[in-house]
Order: sequence, then C-alpha cells, then structure tokens
Amino acid sequence: MADVLSLEPLVVGVILAMTVVTVIAKVGGIWLVRHVEVSDRLQAGLDVLPGAIVIAVLGPELAAGGPAEWGAAALVLVVMWRTESIVLALVTGVVAVVSLRTLL
Amino acid sequence: MATDTESDAAARSTASDATGDDGPDSDPERVTFGWDGLRAGFLACLPVAVGVGGYGVAFGVLANQAGLSLAEAALMSMTVFAGASQIIAVELWADPIPIAAIVATTFAVNVRYSLMGAALQPWFRHLSPSQIYSSLVLMADENWALSMQELASGSRRGAFLLGSGVALWLCWVGSTILGVLAGESVGDPAQYGVDFILAAVFVALAVELWDGRSTLAPWLVALATSVLAANALPGQWYIPLGGFAAAVVEVVRHDG
Repeated sequence: MADVLSLEPLVVGVILAMTVVTVIAKVGGIWLVRHVEVSDRLQAGLDVLPGAIVIAVLGPELAAGGPAEWGAAALVLVVMWRTESIVLALVTGVVAVVSLRTLL
Repeated sequence: MATDTESDAAARSTASDATGDDGPDSDPERVTFGWDGLRAGFLACLPVAVGVGGYGVAFGVLANQAGLSLAEAALMSMTVFAGASQIIAVELWADPIPIAAIVATTFAVNVRYSLMGAALQPWFRHLSPSQIYSSLVLMADENWALSMQELASGSRRGAFLLGSGVALWLCWVGSTILGVLAGESVGDPAQYGVDFILAAVFVALAVELWDGRSTLAPWLVALATSVLAANALPGQWYIPLGGFAAAVVEVVRHDG
C-alpha cells in the first residue's frame, strides 16, 4: 500500500478536477434559474421538478430490485402515509428489506 | 458560515399565514437561514448519515484497493463529496490514470444535482447567494431528500440543507478513513440493509410531495422516461432526463 500520507501531484490534480465539475453540477442549476428570467409557464415546470426527480431516482432503482425491495418500499409508503414520520418509515423499510431478503 | 442570528420564530411571526395554500410555492418569503434550521438539519440527518457511513467504508476499501493513499482518499471525500461518482471513479482508476474518462463520468453522474438544486429555488429564492451556494456544495442525495421533505411539509428553515450536509460530510469523511484502514476485512454493506436507506428516503419523500391528481401526469412521464433511459444509457443520465421530461410536459400543459 502507498504511504498513508502520500499526496501524488497527479492524483491530487484529478481529485481537484473531479471537485470542480461536481461543484459546477451542484450549483449550476440554481445559478441558471436565478439569473434567467422565469416565466409563469417555466415556473410551473420547475414546480414539478422535485417530485419528478424523486420518481426518476426511484423508478429504475425499484425496477432493478426484487420482491424484497418492492415489499419494503410498499411498507415505507404505507407507514409514511399513515404516520408522516420519516424516522419510523426509514426504520420500517430497513428492517423489512433485511427480513424479506432472508425470507424470500 | 451561518452567523445569521435572525431566528426562524421571529421571521415566522412577522409573516404568518399569508395564504392557506400548502404548495411548495406558498409564501417563500418566510424561508429563513439560522441556527435553528442548521441544528435541526444536523440532528435529523445524523441517523441517515450513520447509514451512509456504510457506503463511506465501502468507498474507503475500494479506494485502498485502487492504490490511493489514506490522504488521497480522504481528500477526495472532503472535496468531491458525491458518493456514487467517487465509487465509480475509483473503479475506473488505473495506471496511467484515465483522467478524461474519470472527470467526464464524474460530471455525468453528478449533473442530476443541477436539477435537484434548481428544485430548491421556490424555497431559496430569497436567501443570499452565499447561503445558497454554501448549502449546495454540501448537497447530496440523502440530505437533499430530507430537506425537500422538511420544506415540502411547510417548514421554512432554509439552513436545514446546510446542517444536514455537515452531518453527512463528517460521517462521509470519517467513514472513508475507516474504510481505507479496514482494508479488505469489511463485508457487504447490503447485508445490513444500508443500501435500501436511500430508496426508503425517496419513497417517503414521494408521499410528502404528492399533490393530488395534478401530480400524476408529470410523475408518470418521469417514471417512464427514467426507466427507459436507465436501460438505454450509461451512468445516471436517467435522473436528469426523467426530471427534465416531466418539466417539459408541465410547461407544454400549462394554460393548455
């Protein structure tokens, strides 16, 4: 293994380049919407973004999963809908997915 | 950072219930940026951050195997702070380092944050640039989801994202160091259900963001687009594409 404290210039350079493109990705979107005139019509589009992105993250992830993940996701949905407690929903989901993976 | 002493309670009393509308756009003036939100975000995110630590350990192990030193792996977690892209980067790592592929892939994996950040604009539009950009640099999937949940439920604590980001950052960097040190003696984080936390956060968030029948069409478009794109395209382009397709449909539908 390389010396724990070694910082090779090339490696540091690659890490910094990764940092720059990541920061651009993180702040670029809100920078654009803050500096460009936003019409009502565009605003309506921006307003559906939060939910749409959540669904876009979730869809392929659940599609790639199996019955254990689907069952646990359904339980999270029910617990969240009934209790509106995110902590309770998360704990239920993790316990459920571990149990279902052993059972199924 | 975050020396703003204006309390959420004070702001709430000066601008209370202007409308009965609960939508994400209702009275964004009330969003504040203070210690109250910072602390609430930090505490709310701690359990999730500990779970994310499982991935940090996995990243540390992978970075170690790729030949990065402890200092290099820790530096990457401190500055890049975007888990999936870091794990993919060390998987691409080789000798000589494929610099262009690593940097381009990092951007492709993280470009979804542009839309996630833009999605916060309805709440953040009256915060100062330094408050917004310092929060966004510490934005990751988990604390974005928790902050959206917080803000969508009617809270106006704008520093919640930053506070939760600090909790995540500390756990991410700490667990990276642990992972490098632990080397290959670590098992699969999936056996503890850690890999399901992110999906669970997003399901809970979807419940929170559901806004009745008008939500259905854009969500179906986002779902169909993302599932198709995930099968057809590399990386995580499906996330920005799904969000973008839904926004386009909504723009076309508007007034129509």
